[in-house]
Amino acid sequence: MAEQTVRIASTHGLHARPASIFTQAAAAAGVPVQVAKGGKSVNAASILGVISLGINHGDEVTVSADGDTADQVVADLVALLSTDFDAE
Amino acid sequence: MQLQGVGIGRGLAFGPVLRMPEPLPEPSDAPSTLGAQAEQERAAGALAATAALIRVRGERAGGTAKDVLDAQAFMVEDPTLSEDVTARIQSGKTAERAVFESFASFRDLLSGMGGYMGERAADLDDVSQRVVAQLAGVPVPGVPDPDYPFVLFARDLAPADTALLNLDKIIALVTSDGGPTSHTAILAREKSIVAVVGASGVNGAGAMSVADGTVVVVDAASGQVLVDPSPEQLDGVRARLEARAEEAPVPIGPGTLADGTAVPLLANLGSAGRSAGSAEEAVELGAEGVGLFRTEFLFLDSTKAPTVAEQQEHYTRLLQAFAGRKVVVRALDAGADKPLSFLNASPEENPALGLRGLRALRANEQILRDQLTALAAADAATDAELWVMAPMVSTVEETRYFTQMAREAGLRTAGVMVEVPSSALLADRILAEADFASIGTNDLTQYTLAADRLLGSVAAFQDPWHPAVLRLVGEVGRAGRALGKPVGICGEAAADPLLAVVLVGLGATSLSMSPAALAGVRAELRRFTLAQAEAFAALALAADSATEARTAVITARSTQLDQ
Repeated sequence: MAEQTVRIASTHGLHARPASIFTQAAAAAGVPVQVAKGGKSVNAASILGVISLGINHGDEVTVSADGDTADQVVADLVALLSTDFDAE
Repeated sequence: MQLQGVGIGRGLAFGPVLRMPEPLPEPSDAPSTLGAQAEQERAAGALAATAALIRVRGERAGGTAKDVLDAQAFMVEDPTLSEDVTARIQSGKTAERAVFESFASFRDLLSGMGGYMGERAADLDDVSQRVVAQLAGVPVPGVPDPDYPFVLFARDLAPADTALLNLDKIIALVTSDGGPTSHTAILAREKSIVAVVGASGVNGAGAMSVADGTVVVVDAASGQVLVDPSPEQLDGVRARLEARAEEAPVPIGPGTLADGTAVPLLANLGSAGRSAGSAEEAVELGAEGVGLFRTEFLFLDSTKAPTVAEQQEHYTRLLQAFAGRKVVVRALDAGADKPLSFLNASPEENPALGLRGLRALRANEQILRDQLTALAAADAATDAELWVMAPMVSTVEETRYFTQMAREAGLRTAGVMVEVPSSALLADRILAEADFASIGTNDLTQYTLAADRLLGSVAAFQDPWHPAVLRLVGEVGRAGRALGKPVGICGEAAADPLLAVVLVGLGATSLSMSPAALAGVRAELRRFTLAQAEAFAALALAADSATEARTAVITARSTQLDQ
């Protein structure tokens, strides 16, 4: 299992568009991915799960994955979360 | 049959009616008779089909609507949601009921989070309706989208509906609920759509009792909707439309009355979500400056206030777009309908009468100080003429507090919003302290008539033509004249061309509105002298009701123009 903690870069946190980009990437990863904030963990491919965590700008979240490609998947998703989608 | 409501603007149009479908009833909680396996298949099929349909709509809509709709499609396919639906079906519920309950629980979760997430809650309701309609095999409730032009009849329109409206096909909007400050009215004003809101028949028949396909004439100037007009009546309408089309448009230029009295026409800017680009649009449409720049959008979706540097950057950009012109910025107006977690966390029984506007800023003085500091820095770096004002001021003492704070921060021109009757009644003393006053007619109407402007059932009270509201405007105008201080109007009332003339007659020295309304108001002001505007104001003040005031001025207007 791979695991990494990251601070959210998007100015408005993980709302509809950034949350959607993130969950789609998680769904496409091909291995189960979890994202956790403050001890609560959800399926990272679930937009409702991710939104329900109420992730704001500057919050720290932990991304974890299982499987052969776990290291790469976690690294890619962490890179996404370090991107400020609202600045694009 | 005829319906009477509140007209938005002065447009006239006719066409066939299409009604917005009623929302679906809540699915029954009777246990499934099909069994869990069959219900599970039905639910999975309906969810997949709905997601596909939403994606097709997204492709058609394009732009930002596509992003929003793609996100909705993703919600429909959500694994957490489908697990929840499955669990509910296993407990014996029908697919309809399970889907309904699942979406409702996620909606409650989101609305409990407030702010941006809270707004997304309405999206879930919309998606839920779509899946349930798919399961029940009935048409999806939502915005009609025929291939011919039509008059849309609705109870009221939600932002989610209006985002998808094909405006090219809409001849006019008529709503049975909602007042002049409803979302529908604001949309109509922004897009210059002929609209009558809060329309009902003399016998209490609602607008929604009019059948699809019936031809109606919508006359926003009088607020009347004529159902099934005779051929003679339709000919009359066509003649009026032709006469209007022949009127030469007034070229873009400064607002003036027929006698040359200058009435600067300014723009209201800073609606959430459309801050960028709208400054340029306002200048193009001839705005002579900004009469109300709302700063709330800078503070939305945050659990903490933006920094001085972040704010300064926004204000500088705004002031640069209006070099050499006046820009009136309103300090953060939070509370009531727009709660911010860092400003007023505790819920209130009566938010409109609670800790909001300047009261909320005063309780969080650092936020006000930071905002004024950022504004002063932006002012120093640019060439616009910056004025600042405080929202919801109700006492002379509050006026003194704000103007002193603003001057300490280095701002030269500090004024107050007059939205509370107490401020209008003591305008002579308020204006002795403040450099200017700006009347917010929406809140002034809400507070004068004691009618919640967000509550559909009392929407009929929310009419700025009411003589009580106009009398208060007149008090402020009189005080402004006596003290030589400017009195602006920045509520929706200024966007109603004829009412704008009345407001000038009551002493308003500038008018601020959505940029789309500038042309209509500019043209109407040019038709009348200050003496005529004052005569109209006297007629409106003498009326017993908003309807009588409007009718009296419309009649006088026709008489004056015929001479």
